[in-house]
Amino acid sequence: MLLIPCPWCGPRDEAEFRYGGQARVAYPEDPWALDDTAWAEYLFVRDNPEGWFAERWFHTAGCRRWCDVMRDTATNRVAGSAPTGASLTEVTK
Amino acid sequence: MDEAVNPTLPLPRVERQSPAGHLAQRCAATGSDSTVTLYEVPFLAQVELRVDPGEERCAARTAGEFLGCALPEPGRWTGHGRPHALWCGPGWYLVVDDSATGRGLAAGLAAAVGGEYGAQCASVVDVSAQRTVLELRGPRAREVLAHGCDLDLHPRRFGPGNYTHTLLAKATVGLQQLDNGPTYRLLVRASYADYLVNWLLDAMCEHVMEH
Ligand SMILES: [Zn+2]
Repeated sequence: MLLIPCPWCGPRDEAEFRYGGQARVAYPEDPWALDDTAWAEYLFVRDNPEGWFAERWFHTAGCRRWCDVMRDTATNRVAGSAPTGASLTEVTK
Repeated sequence: MDEAVNPTLPLPRVERQSPAGHLAQRCAATGSDSTVTLYEVPFLAQVELRVDPGEERCAARTAGEFLGCALPEPGRWTGHGRPHALWCGPGWYLVVDDSATGRGLAAGLAAAVGGEYGAQCASVVDVSAQRTVLELRGPRAREVLAHGCDLDLHPRRFGPGNYTHTLLAKATVGLQQLDNGPTYRLLVRASYADYLVNWLLDAMCEHVMEH
């Protein structure tokens, strides 16, 4: 079980959260300019790295806020968390 | 035919029913002061206060003056006696009062946060019917909670003054520690009250046995 550090509540059990997928997927600046392929790419296609990954978690059973978490998908080590949009410590090998 | 005078229709129920009221006798019969006790504190006034980040200082000052205590820091609650202000999340507070009605408290708080500019700097909603409050008290209370709560409740991490939302036996609860008895208050949704009280009574079993 993961121990996820909520920026407001501190380390909490994974069961208190809902997963939100990859973090920082920006909404297209001009959605009308996108063709179907590009729109589908924005909607559905996500990175799937082996290693460090910035992802979103929602603290459902706690403060009910989204936060961004840096997690190693191979080892499940968590490097840190931050409120959505705030800068998150980037981790490279 | 006028329904109001129809003698065959049963009169509507007038007495209030608390979400765990039907379990009061079983609660009273379980445990003792030297182990652990559980009881419901029904019908507390509960008002939710929501503040935009930009209005935080104005709301903290006006609400604080009305409540007689500062709005709490993350993970904490404030207030001596009544009312209590509980930190639920960023910009999200719950005010609990056992000497007021939900409507009265909401009206007073709304007036307090709206006085300055003629417009409210925070949202105030009466949510008294949403949750009921259980009190779990006694030397074994921490062990009872540990059966279903993953939070570290050791005194060095969680003590009087702490309040947080978490999971207890998979139910979302607000957990408030009042004193070093320890006395815990559990704020639980009305529809979960029956389940949670039954779970607590079961968890208390092994701690209330006479040796
Ligand atoms: Zn949280």
